Amino acid sequence: MEKLLSKVFVSRLEDLPEKLGKTVIIGELELAVFKLEEGKVRAIENRCPHKGGVLAEGMVSGEHVFCPMHDWKISTRSGKVQEPDTGCVQTYETEVKNNEVYVIVPGK
Amino acid sequence: MSKQKLVLIGNGMAGVRAVEEVLQLAPDQFDITIFGSEPYPNYNRIELSKVLQGDTEIHDITLNSWQWYEDNNIKLYPGETVLKIDKDKQIVRTDKGREAAYDKLIIATGSLPFMLPLPGADKEGVTAFRDIKDCEKMIECSNHYKKAVVIGGGLLGLEAARGLLNLGMEVDVVHLADYLMERQLDQTAGKMLQKELEKQGMNFLLEKQSEEIIGTDRVEGLKFNDGHQIEADLIVMAVGIRPNVSLAKESGIPVNRGIIVNDYLETEVPNIYAVGECAEHREMVYGLVAPLYQQGKEMAKQICSIEGDGYQGSVLSTQLKVSGVDVFSTGKINEDEHTKSLKLFDDWNGTYKKVLVDKGKITGAVLFGDTSDGNRLLSLINNGAAIEEYTESERSENSGADLISSMPDEEIICGCNGVTKGTIVEAINSQGLATVEQVKGCTNASRSCGGCKSLVSDLLEHTLGDDYTQNEKESICTCTTLSRDEVIEEIKLKGLTHTREVMNVLGWKSEEGCSKCKPALNYYLGMLKPTEYEDEKESRFVNERLHANIQNDGTYSVVPRMYGGVTNAEDLRKIADVADKYEVKMIKVTGGQRLDLLGVKKQDLPDIWSELDMPSGSAYAKGLRTVKTCVGADFCRFGTQDSIGLGIKMEKKFEGLNTPHKVKMSVSACPRNCAEGSVKDVGVVGLDGEFEIYVGGNGGTHMRKAELLYKVKTEEEVLAVTAAFLQYYRESANYLERTSAWVERVGLDQIRSVLDEKQTFLELNARMDEALSVVQDPWKEAIEDNRLLRELYQNVKVPAGTN
Repeated sequence: MEKLLSKVFVSRLEDLPEKLGKTVIIGELELAVFKLEEGKVRAIENRCPHKGGVLAEGMVSGEHVFCPMHDWKISTRSGKVQEPDTGCVQTYETEVKNNEVYVIVPGK
Repeated sequence: MSKQKLVLIGNGMAGVRAVEEVLQLAPDQFDITIFGSEPYPNYNRIELSKVLQGDTEIHDITLNSWQWYEDNNIKLYPGETVLKIDKDKQIVRTDKGREAAYDKLIIATGSLPFMLPLPGADKEGVTAFRDIKDCEKMIECSNHYKKAVVIGGGLLGLEAARGLLNLGMEVDVVHLADYLMERQLDQTAGKMLQKELEKQGMNFLLEKQSEEIIGTDRVEGLKFNDGHQIEADLIVMAVGIRPNVSLAKESGIPVNRGIIVNDYLETEVPNIYAVGECAEHREMVYGLVAPLYQQGKEMAKQICSIEGDGYQGSVLSTQLKVSGVDVFSTGKINEDEHTKSLKLFDDWNGTYKKVLVDKGKITGAVLFGDTSDGNRLLSLINNGAAIEEYTESERSENSGADLISSMPDEEIICGCNGVTKGTIVEAINSQGLATVEQVKGCTNASRSCGGCKSLVSDLLEHTLGDDYTQNEKESICTCTTLSRDEVIEEIKLKGLTHTREVMNVLGWKSEEGCSKCKPALNYYLGMLKPTEYEDEKESRFVNERLHANIQNDGTYSVVPRMYGGVTNAEDLRKIADVADKYEVKMIKVTGGQRLDLLGVKKQDLPDIWSELDMPSGSAYAKGLRTVKTCVGADFCRFGTQDSIGLGIKMEKKFEGLNTPHKVKMSVSACPRNCAEGSVKDVGVVGLDGEFEIYVGGNGGTHMRKAELLYKVKTEEEVLAVTAAFLQYYRESANYLERTSAWVERVGLDQIRSVLDEKQTFLELNARMDEALSVVQDPWKEAIEDNRLLRELYQNVKVPAGTN
């Protein structure tokens, strides 16, 4: 089956909180969208692989987020859980154009 | 006698350091003028790669502040370039038409990046990596583009590439040779380095010669001479530097590759000196900071007419500043027919060590993976030491401490600034230094590249013994080796104002800290400057950021304030209405005599608060949670005091206070202690005519019975003692240390002796009042701030199938 991707407008860049996450719900999909240093934007699945913690509420350090439930450290770039814990969350491409933030998600 | 005029052309590391040396030798001998083309005060060019890698910000790499120039009466003309030196009249002229006469002139014009003369090199998106401007260009570019290509797999190129990766770009490194850093590493180390950097996400194209930069206005790609072609949005040329000698040359000062100088850094023209990357000494031009500082030192002596040995040339050493990769090399790199080598290759742990020996003497070394021996090897080479000196000490060595103690006093610890072990130990002992930062401030050790920080730390440990080890063990988190006390001292000393600044200035190992140090620093900063510090919501754990307790399913709980555990029909009705309207899943009575509404959706929180119209119960706070009370004298037949009244007063006084960890209090009206003061942080027990104040109790993970701190007569005294006790706790406990652990650590006697001092007691109370003066109800604050509401409490909802 051909994989369809679509680009979804999420927010104006200035409306996202600095160095924090935002819960973004697109249809069935729940994402945690982070605005990092220098306005870099990252999007990952809003669910910690450990016990389903909402990552959008985690503390952000550099490009990592610490799950608010049990402090698992997860890369917002690769989605990888950092040692000593293991696991992975889905990551999504983002795009910032003219201060508008988009995420690329499956489906049309 | 009027002062002589000293003019410096070039406001960079080598020149300004030389001026510092002059100021030290002869503070009042010269009127000093400095011209610099860049519009900044002298900054640490070496740390530009850290800026690019996101570890540091530009303003943090300043070496000499504007104030420094002022304090030393130096006339500085930033952003002004000297165009002409009139060596006969002894005058310089600038691009702004200014003229300045000199008695002594120092040329420290540094280097220019070498730009490959490729067709298309003038396109937008092609840059060097040399100064702040280049750095800013790259950072800006990373916001809009994806593909970066770095030409040059040497030191500078790799540091640039790492920075661009951190900025979120894809990076190809193009290199002419068949392995990386071929001028500093042998093939084995070069290949190990490549493997490691590939793991970090760099892509390498080796043995590739660039031929043409493609694109219309902006760069779009890079073509090689084998016809192969890659895409690029940004091309960084990091193929090398060349001495910036054009001014000297045009002014008739003899120049070869660099400006020719003798051992005293004098050019062939009287009263003109040259130092740093633009100078050529015995046919060598140096591009690393250590030799340039040595040159500056010798030149300063000559300028101040102090006899010296002159500059004798330097053995170079190199350390790569890329996080997660430790590479060091010095002296000779590759074997030839005369050399023998000592090699240790540990493929499993990824370490490699090669020491080259020529006629029994150490002449060079390459280290990969573990570079702790680097400075020692450099020093051995400089001393012309025999290989046995290295191998024998190595055999007997067990730890960093042994290594340190075996070093002679004249051994160089900080290669950049030429600071010896003896100097550092002397400074530690005579000036009572206890931290790496203090040593840096006093001796310059670790001020430049920072590579010797661990050695300085070892040296502190070696010199101070257990006192230092103690500190080390209690570092705030793994991002730093500094303890809480050291960090607080530095914050006060340097006037640091936000968490990111603390991390940058104090050399945090991770770019933005972690979930341990961020909230800790946020607390310490707020504790130190309650009225000035702006709390950082991004440094708060979710509960304290949203002022509600997150539950396992991502919903929240709401606990409104009920002072002293007392409520009324009206409040209960509001709570019931809210619970119905927002379909609260459960209403639960808490251990602290409150009502907890569980299962609330995040986006409903502000509406609920607004409809409740009650203050926050702070059930989420690292601060005062509740004051639990018994029924007391009003109703109870045993009650001797108005426990509810006092409890409400205490709760109203201390609500909203930030403390290192949560604080629970209680007031009982008789020794039956129904409000369970023995397991509270502060437990007040009312007796007939007096109150007992117990502290440091805990009924949770760290079960501990509270100890009697004082007996007092009046409610006012209870409030004042509690305030002094809590303030002392706020000021001296580690973040996340409950009073139970703190009282045990510090000891009740110590706490009592502090509070017994009348003056101290009053000051603690005054500082507590200051801290309380800024408290606001967080729920009210959130409801009234649209930006907060939008940023923190609203989700973005996009229906499927849009766009």
